[in-house]
Amino acid sequence: MMGRYDRQMRFEPFGESGQRALREANIFVLGAGALGSASAEMLVRAGVGRLTIVDRDVLEWTNLHRQQLYTESDVERQLPKAAAAHERLTAINRDVTIEHHVVDITSENILSLVEGHTAVLDATDNLETRLLANDACLQLGIPFFMGACVGSYGMTFPIGLREEEPCLHCLLETLPPEAATCDTVGVISPIVVTVAAWQTAQLLRYLAGETWQPTLQSTNLWTDEHASIRVTSLKKESCPSCSNEPVYPFLRAVHETEASVLCGRETVQLRLPLQRAIDLQTFASIFERAGSTPVVNQHLVSGHWNDYRIVFFKDGRILVHGTNDPKKARSLVASMTG
Amino acid sequence: MTIQLNGQAYDVPVHVSTIQQLLEHLNIDHRILVIEHNATILEKDAYDAPIRDRDQIEVIHFVGGG
Repeated sequence: MMGRYDRQMRFEPFGESGQRALREANIFVLGAGALGSASAEMLVRAGVGRLTIVDRDVLEWTNLHRQQLYTESDVERQLPKAAAAHERLTAINRDVTIEHHVVDITSENILSLVEGHTAVLDATDNLETRLLANDACLQLGIPFFMGACVGSYGMTFPIGLREEEPCLHCLLETLPPEAATCDTVGVISPIVVTVAAWQTAQLLRYLAGETWQPTLQSTNLWTDEHASIRVTSLKKESCPSCSNEPVYPFLRAVHETEASVLCGRETVQLRLPLQRAIDLQTFASIFERAGSTPVVNQHLVSGHWNDYRIVFFKDGRILVHGTNDPKKARSLVASMTG
Repeated sequence: MTIQLNGQAYDVPVHVSTIQQLLEHLNIDHRILVIEHNATILEKDAYDAPIRDRDQIEVIHFVGGG
């Protein structure tokens, strides 16, 4: 039933050929939170052929103000986001083949999950997973449409469209000790749909066969600031992810937050990737901003976060008390550290 | 001194005279950043570059959320 896409095909730069390319595409949406909800809904309404959506989390009331695919009943039923997304997306357009996975994306599963897709849309909530996806997409040779937002601020950059452009690893080099997250500084929904719109538009242009000079873009909807920077000069010839002899370091587990369940203690231990240092004072102030009174000494900082007690050790270990679920523990820590 | 910061006129406080001081004033000096100063991307070791009236500065910082 192509008639339903008539107004889209009448848009000349996209046209019937763009619609056909979209129909043949298989898009991987990495995350079913705010960005993932918005971009998956746009793609499914637009008539993408196949779409895979992946997320590790279960719905919570605090998601509903910005995660547009979900309803109060989904939260009451305690549905995993990816499963609820699948249900809603199928109701929007039954012609689209949807696949969903309730999993934690790791270096062990990302290649097999992403392989065979046309492109990956970034909708994750932390930089570590973005760097993992950056490596996976570079290795598989598919574009990665990066996007992120917090507060009223959002940013985007498409990776893998042109060889002379930097990848995310060139731009970031290392993970910061703390990146702002929606749980630490909040978020309003208009920035979510703005960033998702940028990413989805880039994807539609790519599928329609357009070529363009990609720029690193950001906007702050509250202060009306915009920035757009051509970052070609930041491409690093020695980048371990996109040089001529790439080693894809984030696909090796050593660069990833490791999780182990401490039996009988309702506690999960996480270990941050080696290159990511823990600055105790930074985490103390995150706890304080959340209304918790952390305990800090020379070895650790311990505080409460969403009803869980979390202890950060200087050596890179983190204990999450109150759960036996590594996915939950990773998710809580990602919500603090980004 | 007034500069163009991310597309908007911005009055630089008197105690700010370098890019580094501007980042500290904006409270984004601890973030991972890409900075363009008068159409040139600055490497980290060039953040002590002086700011002059009517400079064009674009700053993009990386965030975790989504």
